[in-house]
Amino acid sequence: MSLDDIPEVSTVLDDQDAGVPAIIKGTGHLPEMRVDPIALFHRVREECGDIGRFRLADKQVVLVTGAEANEAFFRAPENVLDQAAAYPFMTPIFGKGVVFDASPEERQQMLKNQALRGDMMRGHAQTIEAEIRRMVAGWGDEGEIDLLDFFAELTIYTTSSCLIGKPFRDQLDGSFAEIYHRLEHGTDAIAYVDPYADIENFKIRDEAREELVAKVQAIIAARVAQAESMGGEIPREDRDLLDVLIAVGYDAEMVTGIFISMMFAGHHTSSGTASWAMIELLRNPEVMGDVVAELDALYADGSEVSFQALRSIPVLEAALKETLRLHPPLVILMRLVQEDFDLLGHTIPAGTVLAASPRVSNRIEEDFPKADTFDPGRYVDPRQEDLQNRWTWIPFGAGKHRCVGNAFAMMQMKAIFSVILRDFEFEAVQPLDSYRDDFTKMVIQLAQPAKVRYRRRLRESR
Amino acid sequence: MKVVADAGICQGHQLCQGEAPTVFGFDEDADVVVLLDEHPDEALRAAVTTAVKYCPAFALSIEED
Repeated sequence: MSLDDIPEVSTVLDDQDAGVPAIIKGTGHLPEMRVDPIALFHRVREECGDIGRFRLADKQVVLVTGAEANEAFFRAPENVLDQAAAYPFMTPIFGKGVVFDASPEERQQMLKNQALRGDMMRGHAQTIEAEIRRMVAGWGDEGEIDLLDFFAELTIYTTSSCLIGKPFRDQLDGSFAEIYHRLEHGTDAIAYVDPYADIENFKIRDEAREELVAKVQAIIAARVAQAESMGGEIPREDRDLLDVLIAVGYDAEMVTGIFISMMFAGHHTSSGTASWAMIELLRNPEVMGDVVAELDALYADGSEVSFQALRSIPVLEAALKETLRLHPPLVILMRLVQEDFDLLGHTIPAGTVLAASPRVSNRIEEDFPKADTFDPGRYVDPRQEDLQNRWTWIPFGAGKHRCVGNAFAMMQMKAIFSVILRDFEFEAVQPLDSYRDDFTKMVIQLAQPAKVRYRRRLRESR
Repeated sequence: MKVVADAGICQGHQLCQGEAPTVFGFDEDADVVVLLDEHPDEALRAAVTTAVKYCPAFALSIEED
């Protein structure tokens, strides 16, 4: 069976509508994906079943859901499905010459050699704890924060410190996070027509990137001057990845691109997950109570956050997993088919985009009863709905490409909530249903305002 | 119990070896998990269960005999 035998989803937003920007007129479902991708992806499953189809400009997109089709998608041979080509909006963000994604072999090598290795985690846990404490050190007894501003800044510090190094991180302030966030404007789906189109979002992206290059240039200049003042070399213990890249001869443009690409996967994803975990805990006070009680008991003996965050914290972990199920940071995962590919009896021709949707699969009612309900009890024995549904519980993806940083991410979340929930209590300062995501970019971020109030907890002893 | 390891999706994190070193080994050349003991003793159930639960690649499972 060919592509034509795969049902195409209905159209609810006319691609010739007066409100559709001229550059994406006639691009099929692209105008809808640009304003309400969640409705589009859910409708594909409702109308077409496990395998459905929509159109983005000249690309046919086959969207699979359900365990069987997802498994075929995630197990597909590497040479058949290309990740980079499916995300045209990333190239101008990373810059020319920066590799988008490593092959599974390269990823495995990175794991063995570098920052995400299991035995590096203890050090990362200590770094993350220190960064969180540094962020809340300026808090008074009570006050207000915006979840997006707070967690986006915190995760810039944690990812830069863990992946690049402390000397580089120490040169950053809140402005770096603010500029980095503006880069994400580049993930406007208009990139599927032209990632260099003359539109406001891409102007914002390019300006932000230039500002980041200027900042990195200044940090490099200071580092070089420092080395010269020390007789040509920075002492070994004060070096980080930046010194390595300077030694290799990369310029600020290239270094910035490498840093952006290294931080990208772990930044908006962790920031969004931390924000949504806080929102879900505020919406479900009984779960918040259980989590706080668990943390108070766990740390009653004075143990370190950096120690416990690497170990089991079951109630908090279940709340985090349920947050990830309902609010996966990536709502769609895409690959460009390189050669004709057989998917459950359908021949998917080269040039097609094949996609899976964590957002849709994570809410399949048959796998996750009362799928729209926040219920951390799903992860308790014997339900274990994550392990029981390893091809549809996919906030981290699945298979060889499953997020290689997921253990790091879970540790980071456990460290963040261990610190902030023991020292502070939180309350919503806007209606609980007013917290929502902004879906107008492929990188989804919390819509602002997303404010919460904190109050320092009174405790007799720590 | 029977332990199953899917080498096709293992990413080589090697966390399972830390949890149950007599059950899980590692193939250095292929960079994937190898099972040393497919039917471990009941006494190892807690350790194996933890390894399955925290495998970052979801590559492990337990089947009851």
